[in-house]
Formats: sequence, structure tokens, C-alpha cells
Amino acid sequence: MALFSKQNKEAFTNPLNLDHPILVQVLGICSALAVTSQLKPAIVMGLAVTVITAFANVIISILRNTIPTRIRIVVQLVVVAALVTIVSQILKAFVYDVSVQLSVYVGLIITNCILMGRLEAFAMQNKPWPSFLDGVGNGIGYAMILIIVGAVREFFGRGSLLGFQIIDCKDFNNGMMTMPAMALILVGIVIWVHRAYFYKEK
Amino acid sequence: MKLNTNSNAYIIIYSAVMVLIVAFLLAFVSQTLKPMQDANVALDTEKQILNSLNLRGLSDEEAHATYEKNVKYNEADNVYECTLENGDVKYVLPLKGQGMWGGISCFLAINSDKNTVYGAYFNHESETAGLGAEIKDNADWQAKFQGKKIFADGDNTKIALSVVKAVNDETTVDAVTGATVTSTAVSKMLQDQLTKYMDFLLSE
Repeated sequence: MALFSKQNKEAFTNPLNLDHPILVQVLGICSALAVTSQLKPAIVMGLAVTVITAFANVIISILRNTIPTRIRIVVQLVVVAALVTIVSQILKAFVYDVSVQLSVYVGLIITNCILMGRLEAFAMQNKPWPSFLDGVGNGIGYAMILIIVGAVREFFGRGSLLGFQIIDCKDFNNGMMTMPAMALILVGIVIWVHRAYFYKEK
Repeated sequence: MKLNTNSNAYIIIYSAVMVLIVAFLLAFVSQTLKPMQDANVALDTEKQILNSLNLRGLSDEEAHATYEKNVKYNEADNVYECTLENGDVKYVLPLKGQGMWGGISCFLAINSDKNTVYGAYFNHESETAGLGAEIKDNADWQAKFQGKKIFADGDNTKIALSVVKAVNDETTVDAVTGATVTSTAVSKMLQDQLTKYMDFLLSE
């Protein structure tokens, strides 16, 4: 079996466009709104979700034939919760300032609908390798939106990108952009653009 | 032989083994990373104290070196004593209070006359970004505390330093626009917590 057969490629590329977790399925919106007021936490959050989705998918896929059907959601939750705790500990140890900014939202990855959705819909039926690709694809799809929204909000809200001041004006501080409500409007605009130019009905 | 994955015995053993494995894994990760996390928390506190002394924007190493060299913790009074490069002695008082959504805290640096504010740094757990969170993010607002007096002229019986809307005189700082609850909380924290330092503030 080829590593990059047509099905495997689709497992990776579908979540980037046709089955995009945020743009098409509109999952995981809550954290997408909360952590995107600056670019750096948005990138870290995107990375964390990508890693956790990929590895949770692989682990559940390896265990899929041994998991008792009646407690499969519990098993999925335990796997996700363990991974999230590990990632959160690593963030605290290596990038403390980012973990302070992300605060509760790293822990809340456990309840991110994208993760449970992928585990239930994909990893329970597929082999580890396609599951891994599917997890990475969904994670990148999620991270992509976070980075777009984070960049726009940080640039127009504070005049900086990744903490570097680009517009050097003391009073350049647009509170509107740093409020969560603006993230919702931005996500709406991104969905609109995606529907209009990139999305093709199956 | 094919295992019946839906029997009760299988489910119970499966969950027990799973929980055991995860418990050991998490305990191991936590123990391994704990020293680094503690170091990060300690360094963050040192940086906050230096921020209150108007030594901002230092790198991790600079901050730690400066802290080690200049700041000493006085356990009896719960005060950080700091000698600046030019020989001036400042005291940093750690204060804690309750904000709108969670805890807020402050490091208040005062001159050796124990009355004039030298600098202030505020921190919060979960105030609203762009509004209440300004107490931490807005260095200009924190700078407004510089030169304020803790006691009003000649009255050493009560703390006068406070945050009041649209007033900016010798003992008061203008509140943060749009963050009335957080500003009031900061004011209450200053009043309540500084009262506990009364003995220290009035001692010679």
C-alpha cells in the first residue's frame, strides 16, 4: 500500500478545503475566538491542536479494535485529556509567557469539538497512517484560520505583528479589534471569502 | 479465540489498565518538568518586581542578574528591599485583590520615605482583554502611579492612594476607561492591602 495513495492524500487535503473544520463544519469556534487577539498565542494554539489531534488520532486508531464500544467516548476522552495535560505541562516549562496568555484555553482543547469529531468519525474506522494525516490536516486547517485572524487582529488592534511594532504610533490602539466580538466577525468574513472563491460543492 | 470486547469483565479490566498507564505517564511528565516550571514562575515574579521598579523590557538573563544583585526579600515585613544602581533604596510591596473575573495582584514600589510611589506593576488572572486587562498591558497607565503619595498631606491614619474616575491629583490615579469594576477593584486592593502594611509604612 502506497504511503501517499489517493485516499491518503484526500485524508490530508479534505480538511484543508472541502471538509474544513472551521470554515465548513464550523467546529472549534470558541477557542478560535478567544486566543486570536495576538499572533503568537494563535500560532502556539494552532500547533498544540495539530499535535494533539494527530497523536490522539493515531493512538485511537491503533486501539480501535480493542476499545469496547460502550465506553469508546470515555477512552477517547482519556487519551485526549492525557495528551492535553502533557502539552500544557510542556508549554509551562518551555514557553511560560505563552502558556500564561493561553491560560485555560490549552486545557479546553479537551472539549474542542474538532478532536472528538475526528476521533469518532475517522480514527475509529481507519488505520493509523491515514488517521495521522487526517489529524494533521484538520490541525493545520484550524491553525490556518487562527493565524489569519490572529495576524489581522494584532496588526489592526495594536499595530504590531508577533510583538514587533510595525506602525510606530503611541496611540495606535484599536480596542475594537482586541475584543472577542471582532474575531467572530473576522471568522465570518473568512468563511464568506472561502465560500465565494475556494469552495466547490461536491 | 476471539475476545468479547463487550463483556463487563473486559470493560472493567480495560478501563483499569488504561487509567493506570495514563496515571503513571502523567505523574512522570509532571515530575520531570516541575523544576523548569518552578524556575519559570520564580523568574516571572522577579520580572514583575523589576517592572514595578521601572526596569522594564529586560531579557530573562538580565532580569535574573539584576534581581539577584539588587533585590532582597525581607520576610518579617513581607517587603522586597531594593538598592538601585545609583544607591537609592526602594521598597516593593506585594499586594493581592479580587478583580472582576479573577484575582488581581500588584507590586508597588515606594521611595525610602515610605510615602511616595516610585513605580507600580499590576497583574491579573482573567480580566477582559482591552478593558480590565489594561491594568497589566498599559504601561502608560501604570506610569501614572509614579510620584503619587500613599498618605494625604499630614494625615497618617488612613491610606489615601486610590483609583478614582476622572480625578488625577496627588493621591489619586484616573481609572481605566471602560473598566470601572476592575478600576474599583484596584482601588480596593490598594486601600485594604496597604492598611496591612501600616506598621511598616509608619516605622522609621
